[in-house]
Amino acid sequence: MTALAQRNAKTGALAGLLAVAMIALGFAAVPIYRIFCQVTGFGGTTMRVAESALPAKPVGKILSIRFDSNVAEGMPWHFVPEKFTDNAAIGARKIAIYTAKNLSSAPITGRATFNVTPIQAGKYFSKIQCFCFTEQTLKAGQEVRMPVTYFVDPKIMDDPDTKDISEITLSYTFYPVDQSASGR
Amino acid sequence: MTDTTATAAHFEAAHGHDHHDADHKPAFFARWFMSTNHKDIGTLYLLFAVFAGIVGGAISGMMRLELAEPGIQYLEAWSGQQGDAALHLWNVLITAHGLIMVFFMVMPAVIGGFGNWFVPIMIGAPDMAFPRMNNVSFWLTVSAFVLLLSSTFVSGGIGNGAGTGWTVYAPLSTSGSPGPAVDLAILSLHLAGASSILGAVNFITTIFNMRAPGMTLHKMPLFVWSVLVTAFLLLLSLPVLAAAITMLLTDRNFGTTFYDASGGGDPVLYQHLFWFFGHPEVYIMILPAFGLVSHIVSTFSRKPVFGYLGMAYAMVAIGVVGFVVWAHHMFTTGMSVNVKMYFTAATMVIAVPTGVKIFSWIATMWGGSLSFKVPMVWALGFIFMFTVGGVTGVVLANGGVDDIMHDTYYVVAHFHYVLSLGAVFGLFAGTYYWFPKMSGRMYNEFLGHLHFWVFFIGVNVMFFPMHFLGLQGMPRRYPDYPDAQAFWNGIATKGYFIMAVGVGIFLINMIWSLLAGKKAPDNPWGEGANTLEWTLSSPPPFHQFETLPKID
Repeated sequence: MTALAQRNAKTGALAGLLAVAMIALGFAAVPIYRIFCQVTGFGGTTMRVAESALPAKPVGKILSIRFDSNVAEGMPWHFVPEKFTDNAAIGARKIAIYTAKNLSSAPITGRATFNVTPIQAGKYFSKIQCFCFTEQTLKAGQEVRMPVTYFVDPKIMDDPDTKDISEITLSYTFYPVDQSASGR
Repeated sequence: MTDTTATAAHFEAAHGHDHHDADHKPAFFARWFMSTNHKDIGTLYLLFAVFAGIVGGAISGMMRLELAEPGIQYLEAWSGQQGDAALHLWNVLITAHGLIMVFFMVMPAVIGGFGNWFVPIMIGAPDMAFPRMNNVSFWLTVSAFVLLLSSTFVSGGIGNGAGTGWTVYAPLSTSGSPGPAVDLAILSLHLAGASSILGAVNFITTIFNMRAPGMTLHKMPLFVWSVLVTAFLLLLSLPVLAAAITMLLTDRNFGTTFYDASGGGDPVLYQHLFWFFGHPEVYIMILPAFGLVSHIVSTFSRKPVFGYLGMAYAMVAIGVVGFVVWAHHMFTTGMSVNVKMYFTAATMVIAVPTGVKIFSWIATMWGGSLSFKVPMVWALGFIFMFTVGGVTGVVLANGGVDDIMHDTYYVVAHFHYVLSLGAVFGLFAGTYYWFPKMSGRMYNEFLGHLHFWVFFIGVNVMFFPMHFLGLQGMPRRYPDYPDAQAFWNGIATKGYFIMAVGVGIFLINMIWSLLAGKKAPDNPWGEGANTLEWTLSSPPPFHQFETLPKID
């Protein structure tokens, strides 16, 4: 029976290896999913691009861009855009400014998450400069202005899912990085 | 084959000198608690599944009782609490019912029970490849069940017990459920998953390496094929669930943010991972039933299965395509039309191999010499019920239609028709088919038929009205509903009680037959039953096939 036992051990080990590989794939799904969202704009993920990607000339069509801001429950920040709406020609470089103020008497570090709706517009909403995922520490009572430089990629006109879009909403939400500092 | 050195096999051979008799059994504790015999482990699995099925079925009785009339009647009395804490009990009940029926009833019964009992026999092997690992698998399942039951005694947030639904979606299962109950439930899933992965490794090794001479893959009985495909599905899907729920645990306890937007995570990622496991899981539950129904239909038609290779590869195709359709459970999470289109089309493709199976069963019966013994009527019930559930599945596969049906009772009706009526009818069919072989005694034919008709009427009265409720917009997982939906909910609850009577008849039949049933011959079904288990005595000797059978 030793021959069979050896073969069994080999097959069993291979099958076990397959299971371990699937566990690894399960965990690898986290970075894969993030990259997938960044590449495809899935779920309204916006694009990061360099200044050089800006088209030479804007296309005529004007889109309405709305700005939305939120802070996590219990986070003592006042966080609003300076302008709630703006008009942007497709392909034109635009700047939006958000201001954040720490209303508490202690320094608080926050981090923003973001996306756009309609979610199909994510892959055409290109940001040259933003405060995405960077940690921002505000001292007690401190106020900062945070710019977002963006443009709408002219390819939005070629995609049948997005060419009818006339309004895009950009939303930011600030979460406390250190949970204990926010008083929770 | 001769041992020249002292190996483990050598030791066992020496040990074997005490009993040349193939039917020598160890003492009670060693036999049932340290078992390495595939038939004994199969029996343990079946008994465990009956017990878990009674627990899970009692829970569904509690739910149907609460749903019998509009308003909250029983939850406050059962939980001893008011308001949200009483309603939390509802969430605990739906969670426990789902997890118990999936992980502790259907899977242990079809894979652990029938798989362990009959896969080695059908391929002419003396036992499973790793008998001791087999024992570990069983006791891991038991430990997992104990963990799940113990979670109901500790806090799960608003009240005691894990109230997350069997899907354990974040953020309800992370920030939404403080307290150790959900941790215990997640650990229970870990153990049940580990048990099934070990079982899958065991089945794959057994089927690939231990077939009797002449038993090629293309001569293998369809039940063995179904378990082989199931084992691969388990091996590829369960580790992903393990990874997903491990990240739930770290999100809950160690401050990670895999599924938490505040740290850059995404709760929808959990849904993707869960359904990458969850969709193959539904085929894991139904494929072994496909396999055994093929044998039963063939046996009682006295004809070989129509289109054997088509049947085998239809199961392989269902398994493969089953891995690329998962997001049809998530149509309302905000997908683009193109993604929905793909998942709709891919889902409908599964209807093709499933149709191959349904029509091959019908073609097997065509022109056959049919005898409607109890296993056959259950198999026919299976085919009918599964087809009804399959048709509503095709309806739900449409992304646009699902926007309206998502999370309504229509979905509840659909998956109970394919699982509660499909898989469970398959289970009963297999139980009656193999009961004489496993116990050595015949079941009572009259009680078996009575069980079938009472159960058949009961489950249809219970689940068919749920289609109407779903179309009226009744959401699933709610303990209450408006008065307009009272009529069909009342009917459904009456159906539950009819079904419960049917289960009672089943248990009486089993106990009576075990104690006083007629002695079963080696092959009670005649020439239609031509797989290897019918060449052995009933019940088979403790160790079978010490000289391997030859298949030509």
